[in-house]
Amino acid sequence: MIEFINFYLIPGLVLGCMYALGAIGISMLFGILRFAHFAHGDVITLGAYFALLFVTTLGFPVLLALPVAMVLTAIVSIGLDRAFYKPFRNSPTIYLVIASFGVALMVRSLVQLAWGVKVESYAAGTFSKPIIFFDTLRIADKHMWIAGLTIVVVVALHYFLSRSKLGKAMRAMADEPDLAQVSGIPTEKVVRATWIIGGGLAATAGVFLGMDSQLHTNMGWDLLLPIFAAAILGGIGSPYGAIAGGLVIGMAEELSSYPWIGDAPLLSPGYKTGVAFALMVALLIWRPSGLFRGRTFT
Amino acid sequence: MSDLVLGLMLYGVSLLTMAGIYSVLAIGLNIQWGYTGLFNAGIAGFFAVGAYVSAILTSSPSTSFIGGLDWPFPAGLLAAMVVAGAIGYLVGRLCIRLRADYLAIATIGVAEILRLILKNEIWATNGPRGISNIPRPFEDLSQPWSQLAFLGVVAFVVLIAYLLAERAGKSPWGRVMRSIRDNEAAAAAIGKDVVGFRLQGFVIGAALMGLGGALTAHFFKFIGPEATEPLLTTFLVWVMLIIGGSGNNRGAMLGALVVWTLWSATELLTSQLPPDWAVRATFLRIFLIGLGLQIVLQRYSKGLLPERPPNSRTDDMVPSVDPAQEKAPPAE
Repeated sequence: MIEFINFYLIPGLVLGCMYALGAIGISMLFGILRFAHFAHGDVITLGAYFALLFVTTLGFPVLLALPVAMVLTAIVSIGLDRAFYKPFRNSPTIYLVIASFGVALMVRSLVQLAWGVKVESYAAGTFSKPIIFFDTLRIADKHMWIAGLTIVVVVALHYFLSRSKLGKAMRAMADEPDLAQVSGIPTEKVVRATWIIGGGLAATAGVFLGMDSQLHTNMGWDLLLPIFAAAILGGIGSPYGAIAGGLVIGMAEELSSYPWIGDAPLLSPGYKTGVAFALMVALLIWRPSGLFRGRTFT
Repeated sequence: MSDLVLGLMLYGVSLLTMAGIYSVLAIGLNIQWGYTGLFNAGIAGFFAVGAYVSAILTSSPSTSFIGGLDWPFPAGLLAAMVVAGAIGYLVGRLCIRLRADYLAIATIGVAEILRLILKNEIWATNGPRGISNIPRPFEDLSQPWSQLAFLGVVAFVVLIAYLLAERAGKSPWGRVMRSIRDNEAAAAAIGKDVVGFRLQGFVIGAALMGLGGALTAHFFKFIGPEATEPLLTTFLVWVMLIIGGSGNNRGAMLGALVVWTLWSATELLTSQLPPDWAVRATFLRIFLIGLGLQIVLQRYSKGLLPERPPNSRTDDMVPSVDPAQEKAPPAE
């Protein structure tokens, strides 16, 4: 049992935190701009490498590099929107989708150009020794940080969305765009705020992923499909659903290789990522509104 | 013939061969996206299935993967199309009703699952090491004739695919496809089986993608998981179709030729650089391809060769104000 918690449940929850952070961005962007942002994975990669830049050149500890990376990634996100998405605001969304494919390629190749394709890591050994609870429950302190900071970010987001004027405007625009516009909500300001939040959270997911394992230039792209799965599971357009979706998908991936029946893993670990893809395709087909009966954009 | 001339000629022939194979893929995508409006972002999956099916059926027996049936080359191609088409049918049956970007997400997911299976089922596919020694027709001839003969085979396949796609596009079938793409509700209202037609478009496109995969496997005499990376298949084919002009088969072929020539010629240039720079320059090429796509999308969204409606007498088709004059028979 304790092995189950240490080696399956906790890694599942940690993975779920990263998925949730990415999925909130995807989901909010879909809610406001109504397109699937295929470059989100590579924005996550970019955020992770921004933090690496400050860790390696200025000797920042990772947790201090994180806010800097969030700001830089948010700025880049706004720039990407200006250059590549804004011209298509009034075009069919498919142009935005194709453009975001191109942006994904461009961002990833720039990261590869700047940092090369070697596997990198933040100052190794910073987060190494697990903290042991009740003699047997082992939690690595990097996992505590990841889970703790995810909770902080999510609570902050909740307060922003439910209390601030801009946050309320964002929810209004996601729910009822025409009504929001006639009631005088500044559309472009809301769009900009969405990119700031999406970019910042993407950087957080990237930095956490780098802290948990390593950095490589495909890390974000590999995260993209599970993140879509999480956003769809939670009902696309709903940031709260995305958090739940991220946790469910992360756990499902890790728990799929637990020996539920007999001694062999239920599913060979090679297919771990396939679990998220299969869940996502199944959801799209049978429950496109998500588990929590959100909205579908048809 | 001097070595340099022979080398350049072989380079040109192999460039044209790859452009031809990409033309098949781009025509397949044109039937799905250009004609039918289906956003298939999982080209890599159908490509991989076709490549592996043909490789397994036409290779000599081996202990490292299943099959090895020594089938003739054309039978391998045909089987690749049938299996890729059949998988396309299954995927289509499940996903065809999804809205454009949902379909894109679902097809990427399916493609990644297919690639995971090909990578993990080592008993069947030799896993990450891939299948080598796939036979290539005319490989016993001396160079350059062997390469030229294979180029001839590819050119023949492209010609057949082009003629069939063109014929289909101009036929009543193609008109129904376009009407569904442009106004699904109207097509359904005049009694067209929207789901059925979209499914047909998806299956035909998937079969062509399988064919492209099979040709690639025979051309390189090798197929492995690396060769089915979405960058070289899905993305590049999309860029080709958008730049060439979606909805236009000649545009698809021109896009394949232009983009592949740029891709391959810049590789020739960057390979002259010192090794460290050569690796980095590869990413600059990818960046430029992405930027090119953005420029075409923003400035010339119809591509190099824009789509032309099948009926050139467009003047007759301007809708008249008076409904009483609207007695022209429907296009079929």
